[in-house]
Amino acid sequence: MKDQHVHHFEHTDVKVGVYVCHCGINIASKVNVHEVVEFAKNLPNVTVATEYKFMCSDAGQDIIVQDIRSGKVNRVIVASCSPLMHEITFRNATQHGGINPYFFQMANIREHVSWVTAEKEDATVKAKALVAAAVHRVSKHTSLEKKYFPVNPNVLVVGGGIAGIQAALTIANAGKKVYLVEREPTIGGHMAKFDKTFPTLDCAACILTPKMSQVRSHPNITLWTYAEVENVSGYVGNFTVQVKHKKRYINADTCIGCKACVDACIGPENIPDEFNEGLSYRKPVYMPFPQATPSVVIIDENSCYHFTKGGCPPDFSSKNGHLSPQLQSLLRRANECFELRDFQETLKLTKEILKSSPEHQETLFLHAQTLYQLGMINEATEVMRNVMVKERCVAACPKGSVDLYQTEAISEIQVGAIIIATGFKTFQGERTTQYGYKRYPNVFTSLEIERLVNASGPTGGEIVLRDGKTKPKSVAILHCVGSRDLHSNRYCSRVCCMYSLKLAHLIKERTGAEVYNFYIDMRTPGKGYEEFYEKLCHENVHFIRGRAAEVTDWVLSKAELGKLVVRAEDTLLGMVRRVPVDMVVLSVGLEPQTDAEEVRRKFNISCSKEGWFLERHPKLAPVNTFTDGIFLAGACQGPKDIPDTVAQAGAAAAEALALIDIGYVEMEPNTAFITEENCSGCRICVALCPYTAITTDPVKLISVVNPALCKGCGTCVAACPSGAAQQNLFTDEQIFEEIEGVLEYV
Amino acid sequence: MSKPKIGFYWCASCGGCEEAIVDLNEAVLDVVAAVDIVFWPCAMDFKKSDVEAMADKEITAIFINGAIRSSEQFEMAELLRKKSQFVISFGSCSHEGGIPGLANLYKKEDLLSTVYSTAFSTINPNYTLPQTQTKVPEGIATLPELWETVKSLDQVIDVDYFLPGCPPPVKLVVDAVTALLSGNLPPKGAVLAPDKALCDDCTRKATKPEKLQHKRFYRPSEILIDPEKCLLAQGLLCLGPVTRMGCDWACINGNMPCTGCMGPTSRVRDYGAKALSAMASVIDLNDEEEIQKSMDSIVDPVGTFYRYSLATSQLHSAIHTNGGK
Amino acid sequence: MSNSQSKPSDFTPRIVAFFCNWCTYTASDLAGTARMTYAPNARIIRVMCSGRIDPQFVMAAYRNGADGVLIGGCHPGDCHYQEGNYKCLRRITLLKRMLSQLGIESERLRLEWISASEGDRVQRVVNEMTMQIKALGPLKLNIPQPEHSHAVPTQSHTPKSKEVVS
Repeated sequence: MKDQHVHHFEHTDVKVGVYVCHCGINIASKVNVHEVVEFAKNLPNVTVATEYKFMCSDAGQDIIVQDIRSGKVNRVIVASCSPLMHEITFRNATQHGGINPYFFQMANIREHVSWVTAEKEDATVKAKALVAAAVHRVSKHTSLEKKYFPVNPNVLVVGGGIAGIQAALTIANAGKKVYLVEREPTIGGHMAKFDKTFPTLDCAACILTPKMSQVRSHPNITLWTYAEVENVSGYVGNFTVQVKHKKRYINADTCIGCKACVDACIGPENIPDEFNEGLSYRKPVYMPFPQATPSVVIIDENSCYHFTKGGCPPDFSSKNGHLSPQLQSLLRRANECFELRDFQETLKLTKEILKSSPEHQETLFLHAQTLYQLGMINEATEVMRNVMVKERCVAACPKGSVDLYQTEAISEIQVGAIIIATGFKTFQGERTTQYGYKRYPNVFTSLEIERLVNASGPTGGEIVLRDGKTKPKSVAILHCVGSRDLHSNRYCSRVCCMYSLKLAHLIKERTGAEVYNFYIDMRTPGKGYEEFYEKLCHENVHFIRGRAAEVTDWVLSKAELGKLVVRAEDTLLGMVRRVPVDMVVLSVGLEPQTDAEEVRRKFNISCSKEGWFLERHPKLAPVNTFTDGIFLAGACQGPKDIPDTVAQAGAAAAEALALIDIGYVEMEPNTAFITEENCSGCRICVALCPYTAITTDPVKLISVVNPALCKGCGTCVAACPSGAAQQNLFTDEQIFEEIEGVLEYV
Repeated sequence: MSKPKIGFYWCASCGGCEEAIVDLNEAVLDVVAAVDIVFWPCAMDFKKSDVEAMADKEITAIFINGAIRSSEQFEMAELLRKKSQFVISFGSCSHEGGIPGLANLYKKEDLLSTVYSTAFSTINPNYTLPQTQTKVPEGIATLPELWETVKSLDQVIDVDYFLPGCPPPVKLVVDAVTALLSGNLPPKGAVLAPDKALCDDCTRKATKPEKLQHKRFYRPSEILIDPEKCLLAQGLLCLGPVTRMGCDWACINGNMPCTGCMGPTSRVRDYGAKALSAMASVIDLNDEEEIQKSMDSIVDPVGTFYRYSLATSQLHSAIHTNGGK
Repeated sequence: MSNSQSKPSDFTPRIVAFFCNWCTYTASDLAGTARMTYAPNARIIRVMCSGRIDPQFVMAAYRNGADGVLIGGCHPGDCHYQEGNYKCLRRITLLKRMLSQLGIESERLRLEWISASEGDRVQRVVNEMTMQIKALGPLKLNIPQPEHSHAVPTQSHTPKSKEVVS
């Protein structure tokens, strides 16, 4: 049309080779490959059309290489699987043959055709259409150069569970700098809560805590706990990350973990202890657990009097014994005047106080006085608060580490790779209402039992009922709570069978109780796992094959009196059973973290339907994500036990190391470019670019793309009103050809 | 050596293109001196038979303006093609279908019924419609047949060059004639105007902000237009970025936004779709409802973006699968 | 010329699907890996981002014989390139308005947000759209052949792959 004819591409020198892959029978069973080859022979510029069992094999690739070398073809089409799978393979083969690797195009006739089409005839037609599209398109391909960018050698690891710890140590040991960011006050994750680990029954703390302290002391690791990634920008090799340090109210750099503040704290002592799953209590200022790393306390602003009441209440009776009664009374009065905003009177009283207790308060007082005289009442108030109301923890801290006026801080770091190891959360037992969790006190979740079994737990390793003293004589362990269940999660959480066996063993060992496992299937695929199961079978633990229907206190017989009754169909016996027990343990499944969605967006990665982070390829790229330079480790990618988590963390670390060690990153050359003589300088593209890669040349008054900043989305090209902006590998011409090709013949 | 022979013809057009030739002023004298005008029915008395009598390719260049929408126009176009060495499609209507091309939004019978029946100014109680053949006492009287759709010239005959514009700017016409006379010709099929958009040397370019972002567009009647500032920057739907330059900013200088008569640059296949894409890109909204509201402020997208080019758009005309609208 | 059948029951719609590399294309790969069978009518063209989709492509698809065009991009807020999907939405919203003026049924242009994990959504959307377009029948354009046709001018010219409205 019009002068488009003038610029028409010369096809004469284009010789297209079409290689249709059988992929064993993956393609050939649904697509009539031979027919597609015959069809391709008649397409424009096609000089070779052939088929092969496995194009991706060495022999398959060699066909391409030989055809290029012998001059039969100079453009290559492989009709096989998804380009996301093998585009690089065939580009390399194309290059190996001696032509530019971008003279290649792939037709996806496996994922998009043979695997999703019912009828062979339909599949063949669709395969032909996709091949024709590729043939049309490749004629318009141009020779392109790969882009290379330097890689920042630092790595960010997000999450300080066993996965993050393992990944961070591996990278740090390789001599690279690692930032480990953990949002809880301590690293260790779920593993720190366990007593023993299956199947070896070695002590979790014994294997984990040394790693935790290694992290703390490693010269290459910067550990930030109680911190969260706020924002991520940039791209593979060059990420800029903002980390928010949440208000811990303790200077983590100076705190030595002496816990003097904890002892001094007069705050409420009935705060459920998160680490112990609420089975014990803590104060507003606390150390998460004895081996917490870093060994730094934290102040919980939701319960600390400073935040809830404006300060520690006056307590002159016991702990401030060194104050004379006269001084105490002065202080009390000053306090009252202060609260009433009678500063004149407060100042007067304070002066009197200072007479008897001059030391460090003097400066503060004078400061407050000046502020007051200047009319800066609020500021004066703030300072006076420090004079008048000294929080106990502040007073007790030998290092001056308590900072009740701490503000959030942001650190900005540059990293080349990111490993996400944000872990999982356990299924909330109360969601399966039929099991009565939180209705019947003696229904526990497995994580609660982990704490009870733990020697450093709330009971010192005693397994007792909710009353805190009675040892259970019988215990039921209900498998698959929140797993393999249409009402909650359909997937298998992978670890529950094994940890249930472990808990069964420990409960049996510690209490001698009768232990009943209610299971659907016993899933023990892992090294030493089946053996562990077998061992349990010989430990007088009962196995009842059947998902528990309910837990009830509705008794039907004397034997059930005062017990919890588990009802289940024993599918081996073929009958419904009622098993009365003292304690029920729900083997809760693993779920994605509540904020997985938010985290996913922050890092621009994908989630599976369930909310687990999506790996690039389930088999061939299990720790990669669709965003280059961002890797996955541990249960954030899907339920995993410790051995698998550690292995995957190592893999993620290796991927990150491979990326940063080579020092540069190869980028798809699909950047946009603006042809100077075609651009009118209308500037519509400028605001569209999310990476500010487009600017106006101040002299020529036209738009210019900075290829180093362009990420190749092509939105400027779609907008460019005069076709001056184009995108390499996705030019208008190439896409128009593809559209024509995909529709022209079939 | 005899002088080159040139001719002018009009099809479905308003006559403005003929005016453009007259607007050549003094330059027209140079043209007249250099050539023989052998056919120009609008200005001189020529008959179809005069053309038929000519030898094939006798006319050096024929300038045809107006769209093609009747059998008579097609017949003349074909005849002139046969008799001419160069056919130059002259003006927006011939080039892209032009304003008459917007008739492609409607079915022929609807157009006829509007014109011959329902229009306010029409009194036609018997609903008499023009017929291609009518028996009269003298024999059979014939009228050309109105086509279903309006077509551009190159949709019906082979065209050598295109002179865009509504009407084509004088300077481009002079350049084209000069090129023809000198034999210094661009490749066949060329549009005889610079292949860059109007913004390139727009008189208001200096006032363009670095980023163009709006929440909605305005019609010229809705705002007070700053006579100095970039019109697109003022939120007006100025199609200068999409449209070929060469008009010397006739509308811009009249403080009105460009409506796109010069057509697209060579790299754009579908003027309307591209113009739509560019203008939608300026809207800086993310909320689905707000986007919808903002786009609704463009009252007539086809009339706005395909004002001159519906007939040569990818779709050519509206689709009336279910009896039309 | 496969869709030039006259009876609607024999009609096999052809849909051109433009999918973004990061979400919808990956989702359609996933549909494949999971062997989710769906209607063979959608032919997928990969672009890096739905923001790359020029309304000209939609027009070109119709012009070349597509009965429908499906566009797949990442969910709002999920774009690999921050906001490309919003840019796509802005263009497609306006394009839909223009297409309705041109008499093209709204079902013939569909914009869907499909994330990388939603293979089942690819299946559902393609099946649904195929059914809808089957019900509508073929898209009949009335396109003159480019240049110097010597066909009888009162009739429309038969394009390579489109039916003629009589």
